[in-house]
Amino acid sequence: MLIPHPLLGPRDAQEFTYLGDAALLDRPDGMAEGAEAAFFDYTYLRDNPAGLHRELWFHEQGDRSWLVVTRDTVTHEIVSAELASDIKRRGGA
Amino acid sequence: MTRLTGGLIDRSKTLSFTFDGKTCHGHPGDTLASALMANGVRLVGRSFKYHRPRGIFSAGSEEPNALVTLRSGARAEPNTRATCVELYDGLEASSQNRWPSLGFDALAVNDALSPFFAAGFYYKTFMQPAAFWEKIYEPMIRRAAGLGRLASEPDPDAYDHGFLHCDLLVIGGGAAGLAAALTAGRAGASVILADEDFRLGGRLLAERHALDDAPASDWVAEAEAELESLPSVRILRRTTIFGAYDHGIFGAVERVGDHLPVPQTVRQTLWRITAKRSLLAAGATERHIPFAGNDRPGILLGGALRAYANRWAVTPQAKPSDRVAIFTSTDDGHRTACDLLAHGVPVLAVIDPRQDAPRLGEYQLYSGAQVTGTQGRLGLSSIQVSQNGRSEWLECAVLGVSGGWNPNLHLASHHRGRPQWSDDHLAFLPPAEMPPGMGVAGAAAGHGSTHAALSSGASTAQALLSDLDLSAALPALPRAEDTQMAQGAFWHVPGKGRAWVDFQNDVTVKDIALAHKENMRPVEHLKRWTTLGMATDQGKTANVTALAVMAELTGKSIPQTGTTIFRPPYTPVALSVLGGGDTGSHFRPRRLTPTHPFAEQKGAEFVEVGQWMRAQYFPQPGETHWRESVDREVLAVRSGVGLCDVTTLGKIDVQGADAGAFLHRIYANMMGTLKVGKVRYGLMLREDGLLYDDGTCARLAEDHYVVTTTTANAGLVYRQMEFARQGLWPDLDVQLISTTDAWAQIAVAGPKSRALLSRIVDDTDLSNEAFPFMACAELTICGGLRARLFRISFSGELAYEIAVPARYGNALMARLMEAGADLGVTPYGTEALAVLRIEKGHAAGAELNGQTTAAMLGLGKMVSKKKDSIGAVMSRRAALEADTRRLVGLMPLDPQEKIPAGAHLFRPGEPRDTASDQGWVTSACYSPHLQSHIALGYLEEAEARMGEEIVVANPLEGGECLARIVSPHFIDPEGERLRA
Repeated sequence: MLIPHPLLGPRDAQEFTYLGDAALLDRPDGMAEGAEAAFFDYTYLRDNPAGLHRELWFHEQGDRSWLVVTRDTVTHEIVSAELASDIKRRGGA
Repeated sequence: MTRLTGGLIDRSKTLSFTFDGKTCHGHPGDTLASALMANGVRLVGRSFKYHRPRGIFSAGSEEPNALVTLRSGARAEPNTRATCVELYDGLEASSQNRWPSLGFDALAVNDALSPFFAAGFYYKTFMQPAAFWEKIYEPMIRRAAGLGRLASEPDPDAYDHGFLHCDLLVIGGGAAGLAAALTAGRAGASVILADEDFRLGGRLLAERHALDDAPASDWVAEAEAELESLPSVRILRRTTIFGAYDHGIFGAVERVGDHLPVPQTVRQTLWRITAKRSLLAAGATERHIPFAGNDRPGILLGGALRAYANRWAVTPQAKPSDRVAIFTSTDDGHRTACDLLAHGVPVLAVIDPRQDAPRLGEYQLYSGAQVTGTQGRLGLSSIQVSQNGRSEWLECAVLGVSGGWNPNLHLASHHRGRPQWSDDHLAFLPPAEMPPGMGVAGAAAGHGSTHAALSSGASTAQALLSDLDLSAALPALPRAEDTQMAQGAFWHVPGKGRAWVDFQNDVTVKDIALAHKENMRPVEHLKRWTTLGMATDQGKTANVTALAVMAELTGKSIPQTGTTIFRPPYTPVALSVLGGGDTGSHFRPRRLTPTHPFAEQKGAEFVEVGQWMRAQYFPQPGETHWRESVDREVLAVRSGVGLCDVTTLGKIDVQGADAGAFLHRIYANMMGTLKVGKVRYGLMLREDGLLYDDGTCARLAEDHYVVTTTTANAGLVYRQMEFARQGLWPDLDVQLISTTDAWAQIAVAGPKSRALLSRIVDDTDLSNEAFPFMACAELTICGGLRARLFRISFSGELAYEIAVPARYGNALMARLMEAGADLGVTPYGTEALAVLRIEKGHAAGAELNGQTTAAMLGLGKMVSKKKDSIGAVMSRRAALEADTRRLVGLMPLDPQEKIPAGAHLFRPGEPRDTASDQGWVTSACYSPHLQSHIALGYLEEAEARMGEEIVVANPLEGGECLARIVSPHFIDPEGERLRA
């Protein structure tokens, strides 16, 4: 696969490490009321869609950016790739 | 057999080779198959299951029968298709799956027993008793069945990996591929043209068609010369595109040196080709017609027979007077007869099941007729022809069989697109859902005539390039034949005898009928029940025919019965080339510590720690057992001073105004309160609350921290910290960089460590008051070398770790050895390091194995409840809080009794089973300080059980002993030594 890195252009997927569902960006507040239930969901529950999936890739053999890649799990088509930090600054995944 | 005239072989040179030890001769341009034919060899192998005699069946990579072992010794390569092997001088080939010889094979008895080896035989027969499967049935079956044997020695050849990029990848160098490459190359597009053959031209080389009234090979030579001259075109001959992967990536194997007597630099290269657009021009594969006894040597595909005659000037006749017959359900077979007659080959008859069969030449035509039987023990001698209810036996040595052509659409369905049946073509055509960016042209798209192949190649290339905003003009193409070949829907000859569908796995029409009777009707079941299409040829000549036979049995149409899709690889790919050069010492990177030269010079034994090579211990003259060396090193640290390279521990520089706030969220314990010039031990948790890693965190300045990790987790912790920085808290002003390889770090441990270090530091007061336990500083040593000094201790002694830029590591080690000679300074390795930390009760990888918590380490209070840090919330889960297992020390009642790491703990008198399990031993060693074996482990309700006895059992290897439960801090539990 080729991942369209927002800063570096198309890069081979072998340069990246895969983490999984981009929902990991939405970490609950550990000091808030009901934090334990929120963390249970955050830690263990994932959607497994056949179709578009937003997921985290780390450009470990490259510039060490964490990316959010939107990929169709059926066709492997990649719709977009953004810096995780940009998404987080905009208000989360 | 003598050669015919003509052909694309170089008769001015003769190559000699051997087959089963017998010397034969051929010419450059020959394949092993054509050369064997030229030497009169008809019998080339034995079939997989019945050990039936088999001959050459095709002229390409679809070959099911002619599998040989090429070369010998370490280079022996089993299951090589003789039809794809380019002849070279000295080639050595031997037949397979026969004993004692190809002509007389003892296991041919299987053929007589064939009524017992029907479809599903293995599933039905070797069921009971279950225990017999692994020990008796499987080894027996594997000995009897099977093809060639692998070489048992390591492969001596070099393999390579490479990457290529292009606008257009053209797969196949026949009429369509050449026209496409010319169209794209002239437009300046970057083009890769790949063909599995050693000669471009594809089917053009096998036919007698004229292009612009000249031999087709003339046009091929012109096109090839022009392509060679275009700078943006790269031609890959002897290269198979074996897979179409995501995003326009293709896998290709170039057989760089397989055609040379000894492969030179590289034998094969695995190319990973990234193509913006691709054109599949892989041609078509002929299908045969199953009839009784259709597997004898001398029976082959009609198109192959024509190719051998036209390109290689040979036939499978034993002598020129041997007669040749053709059995065909298409016009194409008649063309073969005409070509053979033109070569002067005696054509006995053309047998065509169609009542309205055409006659294209001067041969005897049996229309509305079928071949219903054959004779000939090791090669065809006669065929039975049935017509209008009468049958007769005709003597002939060769029979060409033509049942139509199947487009080679394999790569087009590698993304799971389903091939589509075409009633017009009576064949499967490429799927509607193609891999993105792929076009199909020529016979692969069902365009069988030469004219259609040339023009579809050019126009498809033009269309693909226009997607890329590249405009290409259509080239002037040569005049070529444009005959529409009618394919007949005649799939097999009914009858009682065995009619083979899949030659390589010995699957017959009867096996398919049996599978149908036993309700294995979906094509997926049919395949597995009969093993159809599951041999090394993947059923290239069998699958569609089998599907048609099954359709006939079920009374459904072919598309209703099912379609087969294809997966990579198109043809077998050797593991050697997939591995490339990554074997032996190149299997993975080897990382050497900065003091490696020092350790080597001292004669250290090394141990692999991940990718690192670390000194394990430093044997001295006279020491005969590793324990002697390790005990000496440990005692030297406890009583004097020792040196150990600890560079492999991960180091992460954390800088920025918010560095402290960031680390506060990363570590479970309080870290924001750390003062400049101080170090703190820290615990990192996973988000599920379990322990992740431990290490130290040093604050060198207001906005500068250095974090250390365990060796194993150096990369993972860095990755996780980057995730937190970028993905969780991007607004914090903090930057991270891994500096593991930038700094050489040496532990200086033991009561004399301060004395030693004082001799090398420049103007730094190392007294206990000025530089106490857990102090750190940036300073200079040895007259100006910048360094970082940390007063931390893994051994439990007064100890320091000193870091210098990596390139000075070896020199620093030498300087410390020199400066501490009178103090008895001793280098120590990872074994002594482990003994020292076990004696002290410090945790390492075995205690942080991903299943343990801070509380279990006895450090539960370190996890702060006043802040949110990674894993903090989940670490307070009820189930984890209720866990009573704690780290304990264990001392065997008999000090000389060894405790094995991994042993489990049981109360005396209780059964040694899971229900009674009380915990396990994580680390164990011999402690020279206590003169006893000792161990660390996790034990339930440990706090209340200090001083009790417990059973340490090792059911895996046998043996157990009694041990006393003690504090995990065997040495200096109050920490007086390290604060001294």
